[in-house]
Amino acid sequence: MAKSHKPVVWFPFAAGGTVIAFCIPVIVVLTFLAALGHVPSGLSYERMHAFAGSGLGKLIIFGVLALSLWSSAHRLRCTFYDFGVRADTLVATVLYVAAIVASIASALFLLRI
Amino acid sequence: MSRNPLVREVPPTTWFFRHPRYLRYMSREITCIFIAAYCVMLVVGLQRLAAGPAAWDGFLLALRSADSIVFHLLALAAALYHAATWFNATQKAMPIQIGEDFVPGSVISGAHYVAWAVLSIAVLYFAGAF
Repeated sequence: MAKSHKPVVWFPFAAGGTVIAFCIPVIVVLTFLAALGHVPSGLSYERMHAFAGSGLGKLIIFGVLALSLWSSAHRLRCTFYDFGVRADTLVATVLYVAAIVASIASALFLLRI
Repeated sequence: MSRNPLVREVPPTTWFFRHPRYLRYMSREITCIFIAAYCVMLVVGLQRLAAGPAAWDGFLLALRSADSIVFHLLALAAALYHAATWFNATQKAMPIQIGEDFVPGSVISGAHYVAWAVLSIAVLYFAGAF
């Protein structure tokens, strides 16, 4: 039996931090181009649907989203504490549950594609 | 006679203004607010993609507002700041030893920056951004 549950929280946090650093800036650039009205051809319905329809695409999208969500939830928890909110158990529960729910939702959306 | 215990007065909400280092730490930490909001937006986008072509085009169209552009700029700044601080930390988090010597930290962080640039350019290229 594990002596601490910390590695369970920490491993996806570190993996998510790495995923955010490598992947999120370029994804933000892509949707930023769409926000400016220059939708990249890769964001067309056909290409996005084909990407999210492939097994590898599903794995990449789910991996990036789930790990980024978990990492952000963990860091938000620390940020709440740093801003003086001391109800850590409540904050942690709400944020981790939100990250898990959003990850399950993305998995369900992916399965529908 | 016991001495009075040492009690450090730490203001719980304004402590990070005391030192630039704390301020840098907090600015790194609050990037997660924008990253989290952006990830939620991506999950919504995934739902729109699953709902069909009209819903997806509606999602792309909804991105085209002044609020969205401001949000994207904030999210981009947050993501870049997170990436830079994360890659700079790798040399402390995972030092590599070869024989007697440690690989210089700048090489470890530098390798991450190079990999990041290659990956980002590849994604932009395959997504047809240029």
